Parts: sequence; structure tokens; C-alpha cells
Amino acid sequence: MAPIISISGLRVAYGNHEVLKGIDLAIAPGSFVALLGASGCGKTTLLRTLAGFTPASGGSIRVEGRDALTLPPERRGMAMVFQSYALWSHMTVAQNIGYGLKLRGMPRDKIGQRVAAQLAMLGLTGYEQRSVAELSGGQRQRVALGRALAVEPKILLLDEPLSNLDARIRVQMRHEIRSIQKKLGLTAILVTHDREEAMVMADLVVVLDQGRIAQMGTPEAVFQRPASPFVAAFMGAENIIDCEAKRNGAGIDLRIPAIPASQLHCPMSSSEDVASASVAADADGPVQVHFRSEAAFLREAGASVAATLQFPGRISQVSYLGSGYRCEVNTDCGAFFVDHPTRFAPDDGVTVCIPGNALHVFRRDLSRQAAPAKAFQ
Amino acid sequence: MSALTQRLPKLGGAILRSVLIGLLAVAIFGPLLNMLIWTVAEAWYFPAKLPIRWGFQFWHRVFRPEAGAMAALWTSIIIALMTVALSLLVSIPAGYALSRRTLPLRGVFLLIFLLPQAFPAIAVHMNIARIFYGLGLNGTLWGVMLVHAIQGLVFSVWIASAAFASVDSEQVEAARNLGATPWRAFVSVSLPQAAPGLMASAIFVFLISLDEFSGTFFVGVPEVRTLPLTMLNAALEGNYQIASITALLLLVPSIAFMLFVEKFLKADVLAKVGT
Repeated sequence: MAPIISISGLRVAYGNHEVLKGIDLAIAPGSFVALLGASGCGKTTLLRTLAGFTPASGGSIRVEGRDALTLPPERRGMAMVFQSYALWSHMTVAQNIGYGLKLRGMPRDKIGQRVAAQLAMLGLTGYEQRSVAELSGGQRQRVALGRALAVEPKILLLDEPLSNLDARIRVQMRHEIRSIQKKLGLTAILVTHDREEAMVMADLVVVLDQGRIAQMGTPEAVFQRPASPFVAAFMGAENIIDCEAKRNGAGIDLRIPAIPASQLHCPMSSSEDVASASVAADADGPVQVHFRSEAAFLREAGASVAATLQFPGRISQVSYLGSGYRCEVNTDCGAFFVDHPTRFAPDDGVTVCIPGNALHVFRRDLSRQAAPAKAFQ
Repeated sequence: MSALTQRLPKLGGAILRSVLIGLLAVAIFGPLLNMLIWTVAEAWYFPAKLPIRWGFQFWHRVFRPEAGAMAALWTSIIIALMTVALSLLVSIPAGYALSRRTLPLRGVFLLIFLLPQAFPAIAVHMNIARIFYGLGLNGTLWGVMLVHAIQGLVFSVWIASAAFASVDSEQVEAARNLGATPWRAFVSVSLPQAAPGLMASAIFVFLISLDEFSGTFFVGVPEVRTLPLTMLNAALEGNYQIASITALLLLVPSIAFMLFVEKFLKADVLAKVGT
């Protein structure tokens, strides 16, 4: 299917500061794309450039084959939900939602019907004459969504729409927005810094880092097969061990120089195979190995578990997560956080076990500040 | 002992506060009270603390048609309303333009409106009168309105610029995003959002015009007579009763206008003025 939006070589600069440094992205019609990244990575700038509020300094944006960069915002046919909601306080809920329809010259009674239908879909029936100032955060968010959807856009832009909501309503709205998007067959582009939100809502996750696309793919691919140490850390694999790697047939041998007894042979099969470790193509010799706290587990000191990278450590801190305990473990190769279902006491000796398929192996970035190894014995 | 030393400063503070509040009340309400007494005093000579004879005799004099006070009141109101209309006409586009941070020489433009206030009013008004004489504007309502507007513009443009600057730019973008042209977004979002600030500036301009004296004196007299001129004449002649009654009359349109505009001014939006 031809992409509804194709962005190529897009550059945006504020003065001398280049915020987007060449973005190439094709978005299929009806898909839900999440632009994910830390603050300052350019994700909001990309959305604002799509909407026409920020001028591009290079590259192109084509919407349904037509050049969009030369069009003013009102002619781009994209409806946006703002982070601040940007509702008009001098208008009622009905006037807010009906604004776009009024601009399109729709007769008053038809606007009334369309507004009522929007409110019904969003569970706000009977709120027509309310002032937006009287609404709760969640209700404002729905009105902002209704205002954007009322004009029946093909493309919906969402700028961190859920970041101002309570945790509970936020989780509920994720699913609501996703199901509305599917039902209406919209193409949606979501800007978020929340990786869980991106994965729950999107078909395609685009991770941005310093104005460039660091990786894009399905939520599974980005989560299981991060393409770079940055993406691995951003997607939650923040524990890092420095290892020595050696290619060995169809696999790779990992050795922790600080703990000679600790080594593991990781078989490698096709890169999509979730059961095997994710190993960067250029990983050989000095490498950095990332793993998630929840993917590792702890055993009593001296235990041995097959097919894991294991090394001894000592608990230094324990905190309760609800689903289990997050333990900070000091080892000879650094300090790590490991989740464990039962409680350990501080100062307990343990064995840290990381299953081979939970490892993300990258060539070592020598400029990275190595975690100081805390002696535990 | 310790309880006493703690209570003493407290007591002293309370007394000090009462005295300060009392002084403030005298400063604000003293002249007003004095003026109110003068309006109903028929005879009041030194060293009497209060009028010797009370009554409404001077009210009859002021309201006689040949006294011209009512005509002057209407002239004042018409000029004030025209001045408000003109200053809004200028300050809305000027304030909107000056609210854009990207406008070059923004500070210079804002200062230009302040300039007429920086020089002695009489010098400015004498020279305006000379120019207006050449243009045939002397002695006309239009001429007086223009003189008043020059003084009102500094406030109305500055307040309007602050009001437009406080409009959330995302609200304007939201209108553009849904299909509004820049003009349509201005009319349906920027203008209503800035309206409370614009109303506040209208009050200022109305009050300035209603009180204005020296510009009217140089440009308007003798064809155009406003209430402040009547009042000053009476005061110079030592007729404090007439001066006080005209001052009270001048309060009526001020309060009426404020009540009218107050409908648009909620405290929460007033707080946004100047941000």
C-alpha cells in the first residue's frame, strides 16, 4: 500500500540549532505510529512540522503524494490534539467541537447532530452547554479529541495527549484512543516519552535520538531487538556489563573479564528469534551487554543455572514494586538492579543469573563511562 | 513577664495598623467627604468646622439649562466614547502586532507611544493646538477627541499588547489546525481571549478622557466645553459648591461605564492583564 505520509530527508533548525537532522519515514494509511524519545529529541518538532506550525529547513513531506510543506496549517487536513488540549475557554463544549464544522460551512442543525454523536462516542452526552473550565482533566482531553475527530480527518496528530492525566485514566484512554482509531480507520501519529504507551498504542514505534531516527519497527522488534545501546537503554535494558566476546561458529562466547569464572556461549539464530540473544552484527571483542531488571533473576550464593550468564553478588538495597522486589546487587562487574519475587535482606550473598536470550550485546562504546565495580567481599 | 513582652509588640502592631489604616482612609475619603459636604453647603465660612447653612440651592443653579453643566456633561460623555472607539481601533492592531516577540524594534514602538507623556502636557498641547488650528480641527469634537486619544493610546496600546501576548499560542494553532485562516483564527480566538484586557484598556481611556483638561482647554475652548472645564472655572471663581457638584456629576458616567464593562471583566481574567 502506498504510504499516506512520506517524509524524506526532513531537516528543521531553530536558528543555528538543528533539531531534526534528516528524517526518513513512510507511514502506511490506517496505521498508528508512535514517535518515542526523551525530551529534546525532536519528536514534538517533527509533529509540529507535519502540522505546519514549524517550517522545515530541508527535505520534503508528501501527503497522499502531494507536497505538504508549502501548504499553510489550515490546508494540511491533519487534526491535532495538543498536550495542553488548547480548548477555547470562551466557547462551550459544543462550540469547541463544532468549530471545525462551522468553518466548513455545515448547517447549524447538522453541526448539532455531529457534535451530539461525538459526545456520545466519548461518553460526554449532555455536556454540550458546559463551559470547558468546568470539566475535569480527563473530560477536557475527550473534548480535545472530539474537536479533532469531528472534522473527520484522515490523519490524527497526538502531542503527548495523555501526559496530563491521572495514571488510571491514562491507561484507560490509551485503549480508548486506539479503538477509536481502529474503528474510524484513521492514520494516527502519537508523540510520547512513555515507552509503555508507545508499545500499547502503536503498530510502528519510531525511536528518536538527537534529531535522528535511532530505530523503527513493531513494538516487539524495538523491545526485543534494540538496534543500539541507546535504544536498549531507552526501552528499559539499563543494566550494563562489560564483557569480552568471541565469535564461535553460529554463536558467540561471552566472558566477563572482571570475573573469569563467569562465561556463557550464546547460540545465535535468525535475528527475529526471540529465544536467542540479540547480538549486534559488529559485536566482537570488547562488548557491552544490556539486560532488563525483570529478565534476570537471583539464586542463593553458589547456585548454578544452565544457559545463564551468572556471577556472585551481594544485595545492597531492596525496594518493593508490588509485583515483586527490586534488589540492587553489588558485584565485581558493577552494580545492577534485579527483580525478584521474594524478599532478600540487605547484605545477603546471591548469584545473579541472566538467561542468554535476555542479553542485548553491542560493541562497546569506549566513550561510555564504565559503571564503577563495587567490591562486595 | 515573658507573656507581657510577647503581647506588647502584638498590641503595638495592632495600634500601628489601626493608625495606618485610619490615615489611609482619611487620605482617600477625606477629600471625597469634604467634597460631598460642599455639595450641600449653602454657606460655609472660616473658621466654622461645618457649613452654617445646608441645602440644595446650588444644585438648582447647576441644573439650570443656562448654566450649561448638563450640556457639558453630554459633550464629555460623547468625546469619551469617541476616544474609546478610536483608541480601540488603533490599539487592537497595534497591540496585536506588538505582542509578537519576533517584531523588529518592538521596544522602540512601545516607547513611541510613551513619548507624548514624557514631555510637559501644556507644551505638547499648545503645539498640538497650533497644528490643529492649521487643519481646522480647533474647536471641534474631533480635535478634542484626537488630543484625548493621544494621551489614552499609551495605556491602551500597552495593555492590548500584554493582553494579546497572554493568549496561548496553542489555542490559535488549534484554530488554524482545524481549518481557520489567520484572519478567522484572530477573530474567533485571539480577539475574544484578549477581550478582558481590551475592556480594561477601554476603562482607562474613558476615565482619562473624562478627566482631561489641558488638551481640551487648548484645542476645544471656547466652542467645546467639557465638564472638567466647567468645574475648573467654578473652582477658580471660588465657587466650591458648583465645583463639587460638577465633580459628583463627573462620577456618574465613570461608574456607569465601569459597571457596563465589569460585565465582561471577571476577576480571574483581570488577573491575566499584564502577564
